[in-house]
Amino acid sequence: MTTYREVMIDKKIVEVDPCLTIMQACEQIGVEIPRFCYHERLSIAGNCRMCLVEVVGGPPKPTASCAMQIKDLRPGPNGEPPQIKTSSAMVRKAREGVMEFLLINHPLDCPICDQGGECDLQDQAVAYGVDFSRYREPKRAVEDLNLGPLIETHMTRCISCTRCVRFTTEVAGIAQMGQTGRGEDSEITSYLSQSLKSELQGNIIDLCPVGALTSKPYAFSARSWELQKTDSIDVMDALGSNIRLDCKGREIMRILPRNNDKINEEWISDKTRFVFDGLRRQRVDKPYIRKDGRLVEVDWEEALDNVSINVSGKKIASVIGDMTSTESIYALRLLTERLSGTYECRVDKSCLSTSDRSGYVGTAAIADLDNCDKVVLIGSNPRLESPVFNARIRRAWLNGAEIYLIGQKVNLTYEYNYLGEDRSALKALIKNVDLDLNNNTFVVLGQGALIDDDGEEVLAATKKIVDTYSCKFLILHTAASRVGAMEVGFTHSDGIDSALEGAEVVFNLGMDEFDLPKNCFVIYQGSHGDRGAHRADVILPGACYTEESGIFVNTEGRPQLALRANFPPGESKENWAIIRALAGKLNLDLGYNNLQELRTKLINEFPHLGRLDQIKTPEWVKSKFKEFSGNQLFKPYYLNYYKTNPVARASLIMNDLSKNLDLENQIIAAE
Amino acid sequence: MLRRLNKKQPASFEFTKKNLKWAKNQILKYPVGRQASAVIPLLWRAQEQEGWLSQPAIECVAELLKMDAIRVFEVASFYFMFQLSPVGDVAHIQVCGTTPCMLCNSEDLIKVCKEKISPEPHCLSTDGKFSWEEVECLGACANAPVAHIGKDYYEDLSTEKFKSLLDELASGIVPRPGSQLSRFSSEPEGGLTSLHGSIENEFNASVSEAVQKGDTIKRILE
Repeated sequence: MTTYREVMIDKKIVEVDPCLTIMQACEQIGVEIPRFCYHERLSIAGNCRMCLVEVVGGPPKPTASCAMQIKDLRPGPNGEPPQIKTSSAMVRKAREGVMEFLLINHPLDCPICDQGGECDLQDQAVAYGVDFSRYREPKRAVEDLNLGPLIETHMTRCISCTRCVRFTTEVAGIAQMGQTGRGEDSEITSYLSQSLKSELQGNIIDLCPVGALTSKPYAFSARSWELQKTDSIDVMDALGSNIRLDCKGREIMRILPRNNDKINEEWISDKTRFVFDGLRRQRVDKPYIRKDGRLVEVDWEEALDNVSINVSGKKIASVIGDMTSTESIYALRLLTERLSGTYECRVDKSCLSTSDRSGYVGTAAIADLDNCDKVVLIGSNPRLESPVFNARIRRAWLNGAEIYLIGQKVNLTYEYNYLGEDRSALKALIKNVDLDLNNNTFVVLGQGALIDDDGEEVLAATKKIVDTYSCKFLILHTAASRVGAMEVGFTHSDGIDSALEGAEVVFNLGMDEFDLPKNCFVIYQGSHGDRGAHRADVILPGACYTEESGIFVNTEGRPQLALRANFPPGESKENWAIIRALAGKLNLDLGYNNLQELRTKLINEFPHLGRLDQIKTPEWVKSKFKEFSGNQLFKPYYLNYYKTNPVARASLIMNDLSKNLDLENQIIAAE
Repeated sequence: MLRRLNKKQPASFEFTKKNLKWAKNQILKYPVGRQASAVIPLLWRAQEQEGWLSQPAIECVAELLKMDAIRVFEVASFYFMFQLSPVGDVAHIQVCGTTPCMLCNSEDLIKVCKEKISPEPHCLSTDGKFSWEEVECLGACANAPVAHIGKDYYEDLSTEKFKSLLDELASGIVPRPGSQLSRFSSEPEGGLTSLHGSIENEFNASVSEAVQKGDTIKRILE
């Protein structure tokens, strides 16, 4: 229980937590304090001096409010509450002074600066600066850095707030950026001019309060005020990061994070942020039919006719890809059921349990990481499978949590205790009481461990650990559509092989990662000309995740709604609509005519999917683990982080990054 | 002045056995988890050993203190006392250029440096024996102009005196540091005006130490 303390802020007496800084206290009562270097998710630097306020009775000079705690303020001579002024003459003069100093060396290139319109320096210069310059001397110029293919630098614009240095060091966990030199010659550098090696580096573009760090792929392509902003959900990994899609006309120009403390805070991974060029390339925008071994463009009518002829009376199996919305999956399930077919979402042979909900969503929420004191990673490389989640584990580690890893030894950006690389290490963990696992332990099970043939045993063994020590349990999925598909029961009791066995027709809804059986008729409904389309006999061009509204259930089981930002290109249509049209062709009534009806039907059957942003905690089913049949090694799920789905594979930026990574690996191998 | 790592870097750096022992003792001075506090003494020792801080030296210190190399480089690039480019074998001449020295013609001394050593500061002389730079106030204003060479100050310099000083250093002789006008310390030039009394020693403490050891320009005195 904190004892609140009275302070007087701008002649108003308020009670605040003494642990807060002056800036936080002011924010609580709605007094805005300008700032550049302060960021609530980074350590306090106190070097921009923009947040100066007057503390009455303190030293006779303004105080940096971001770095001064309420408990350090002295009361008045007669015990009056300490007094803070945020708009006195002294403060106004101080802000004008700071602003003038910042603008001395800042170039006046706002018209050609990508930050223009969303620049903290611009906004605050208008609000707190003066409208003239007394400076007549030459301005300083700073050499630009080469930080790699993602981040463009204009270091002359830099105001040395060091947010980028603090982010890369504290959150991303790479020790490359720093501020060197001193005084006028101090500069933000990367050590030995290295390009940044992190999957989270794009976030420093958002953090930079000026236009010193901007997005290279987005450079000079749009102004912030002409973009239409749409709230959406990311599908590059299963975390369900909240994103904002910025559209100009029909095209997504950039992707930015939205704040969600429960999931991604305000970070997103580079794949999420820079994949947008993949949305425009390699698209299938017309229906195709394979005639004489070649895919030929046809119109929708002919394509659907062709499908209905080939489907009727045949044994059908349906599979889905990693980025399909829950509605489309549900619609496909309805269709396949009506055709008496089989369906399966676990195309990677993952051994998630179908009957037991706790066997695919786990019991923990991502935010539980913040309070845990131990994290056990089993067969997972969260740095590649979900970089933002990895950053959260890193923060838990910084706050003192012990990390244990069973699986491949990799650089996770934090230190961990290595428990082993094979199943015996997992088995030993069940009986290892020395580690003192408890209900503050967060167990993460990766997909890499579940796709082996003894995946069921791995799941059971992990659940045994969770049982024994009542730990928190999270299954870290890799496919954004997976949990949603599991929730709507898009599974076959014996897994993918048995679902596809004997199938004469396979309906492939956007799955490009795995091979389909030979000698069957394949209908591919998807957005990109990737592996799935090459194998297809009919291609039905569908929408990408930005082009239709859909519910995505993230790895912790939280349903979230993504809105539509733009329209599918060419003749491609929204996925639920294609399935509805096909059902019409086959004279089947799936019970919906539009997305609303489909969604209502979905929510009627699975009410918890309608409770957006809320997790329905599953009933815990006890593990029946006995013994491993062999002693396999834990294998990584991803080999190439930048090429995990068709959108990423179509993206030139992701290809660049992937090439750089290969080059680095070669250099490391050569050494 | 822009301070960056030198373009040409040696292949490796290693503390001598003695210096490594010294460095480890310095690290012990700090509580567990605070070893990074020893970064300045260690960097200084590395510079005393080599004359300047190379990239391998910075990385060696980083490794000893379990710091990231960029954090050590931040410190090394912040303080002007750390040399980031090679210095002369014999001596690195630091001429004070702040107001009192400047009024006593330190600019002429800098001219001498430019003529006799190299036109640009932080560059080696052709024979590799010297390098020079202009520094901020050395705190010996009463004896201006002053040059900081090795471990001691050479005070009350004139251009001629400074030239011959450099020649002597080049030929291997270590001239007596302190006032070059035979002042004991910083008393008035014409003799004491108050606090009269006799001075028993021939030289002041720092000069007599140099005279006794016969050296003041070696970076690490045994």
